[in-house]
Amino acid sequence: MNGLSLDYLRDNPGYVLQLTWDHLQLSLLAILLGIVVAVPLGVAGARYPGLGLPIIGILGAVYTIPSIAFLAFLIPILGLGRDNALVVLAAYSLSFLVRNIITGLRGVDAGVIEAARGMGLSPIQVFRQVTFPLALPVMVAGLRTAVVVTISTATVAGWIGAGGLGRLLFDGVRLRRPGMILAGAIAITLLAVLVDLGIRWLARYLAANRAARAAVQSS
Amino acid sequence: MTPTRDHAPHPTNRNGTGADDRRNGGRITYDAIAKSYSKGQAAAVHDISLTIEPGELVVILGPSGCGKTTLLKLTNRLYEPTSGTISLDGDDILSLPVTQLRRRMGYVIQQTGLFPHYRIADNVAVVPKLLGWDKKRIDHRVDELLDLVGLPPDTYRRRYPAQLSGGQQQRVGLARALAGEPRTLLMDEPFGALDAITRSRLQDELRRIHRQFGQTIVFVTHDIEEALRLADRIIVMNDGGVVQYDTPLAIVTRPADAFVAELVGSENVLRRLELQPIDAAIRPLDGSVPPARAEEPSIPASAPARVALSLLLDSAGERLIVVNDDAHPVGWVDLDGIHEISRPTPEVAAMRPALSEALR
Repeated sequence: MNGLSLDYLRDNPGYVLQLTWDHLQLSLLAILLGIVVAVPLGVAGARYPGLGLPIIGILGAVYTIPSIAFLAFLIPILGLGRDNALVVLAAYSLSFLVRNIITGLRGVDAGVIEAARGMGLSPIQVFRQVTFPLALPVMVAGLRTAVVVTISTATVAGWIGAGGLGRLLFDGVRLRRPGMILAGAIAITLLAVLVDLGIRWLARYLAANRAARAAVQSS
Repeated sequence: MTPTRDHAPHPTNRNGTGADDRRNGGRITYDAIAKSYSKGQAAAVHDISLTIEPGELVVILGPSGCGKTTLLKLTNRLYEPTSGTISLDGDDILSLPVTQLRRRMGYVIQQTGLFPHYRIADNVAVVPKLLGWDKKRIDHRVDELLDLVGLPPDTYRRRYPAQLSGGQQQRVGLARALAGEPRTLLMDEPFGALDAITRSRLQDELRRIHRQFGQTIVFVTHDIEEALRLADRIIVMNDGGVVQYDTPLAIVTRPADAFVAELVGSENVLRRLELQPIDAAIRPLDGSVPPARAEEPSIPASAPARVALSLLLDSAGERLIVVNDDAHPVGWVDLDGIHEISRPTPEVAAMRPALSEALR
């Protein structure tokens, strides 16, 4: 049995990198899927307060389902592998995405929106120039949490053969090779931290205009 | 002597000097306006028919819940009336696209509503940009307006709203509302959140700007002092209806009912004197009195009676010489004369029983 060392990482950089890439792909795909579902839910929830609370409640309840149970539950429907993992990860991410979209949109000062309308901005202009940039910091914060949670939760996807760095952990446990586990843990952590930094960077520099950038910076 | 407010019987343009072409237009007519927020509920405003003349500064005054803000927001279609029509210079406001209508009317609200992520210059430039002005014209206009509201452009242009005090933010709010050169300005309790000193400064600035440019201004407040200070005419509202629409002097001296009398303090002698011109108390400098001497205290004929009272109490003499705009003596007033005009009008006197009931 190998001791707890970085030998495994040193000897198999290509394999670890390959798994990291798979892991990243799986996580980002799940987030993308989550965003596609979260945006309409979030916008509806922000617009109709009666809808927002139940939506947040249900998604919060979904998040409390243990990941392994959730995966196992979907095996009869989606089978083993990537699709199953994608759905589970996307469902988890919804909790953070939707809640922060609702909070962000609702948190925009009503006086600012009223002034914008009163000055003659069209509804689309109000959204693009005021509501969206002002809600952006909160929504980005939700995205960052969702991404970090998804990257760490994606580890269990290895359990149903959906690939990713989870395989290092599960194989390491089965083969009693702590070096594998350590390599997997380090890779997952680094991945999460780097992607988080990347999103912060993106939010700041891809913000459609100077105005949105100021909003992100002042957050 | 500084007081120059005259209360000419003609209701419009109390501050009117130097009318220019911008004064043309801005007449707002409300015709049988009613607004209910939901079916079956009591109307927020009802039976409102009145006209605001171009260049007039009209204050809508009333307690909270009286419908004054609703009436204001109907004007730029933030609310739509349940029935009735509103027209701007004769055109139904529904005939314009709503965004264009609003760009023609400046809008100032209590919470300022400045865009927190925009620099001050960009906040002021919002409407000019919507109107498609070129950059040079916008930059020029922004600097001009920041100067106008007392914020040196070089210092403030690049700041964010959060870096400004409440009073400064509301100055920016005023500049922003004026940016598109609107002929009409709608103001919803704009100074309500400011401390007394800042508020009175901004009231002065608003009067100065109104005197200079002569926009039609509709100004909502629940502050009676503010209303008396600013208004050419006051719309007094209660329970969704207009109770009285008249000049400050007429509202205070001839209140329509006990509600108005109590609201504006018609019983308050000093308030009446504050609004009353001294002309009714002026006596001629005929042979029966000594001629005016240069060292006698004097007062302009346009000054309110309250100022004359203060001067009289403060001076050793028994009379004040009233002078015209050229400092030429035109008559004199004494305490008896002021006492005479300080008496409540028959309207107010008749309401006394109801008032003491209300005040109890």
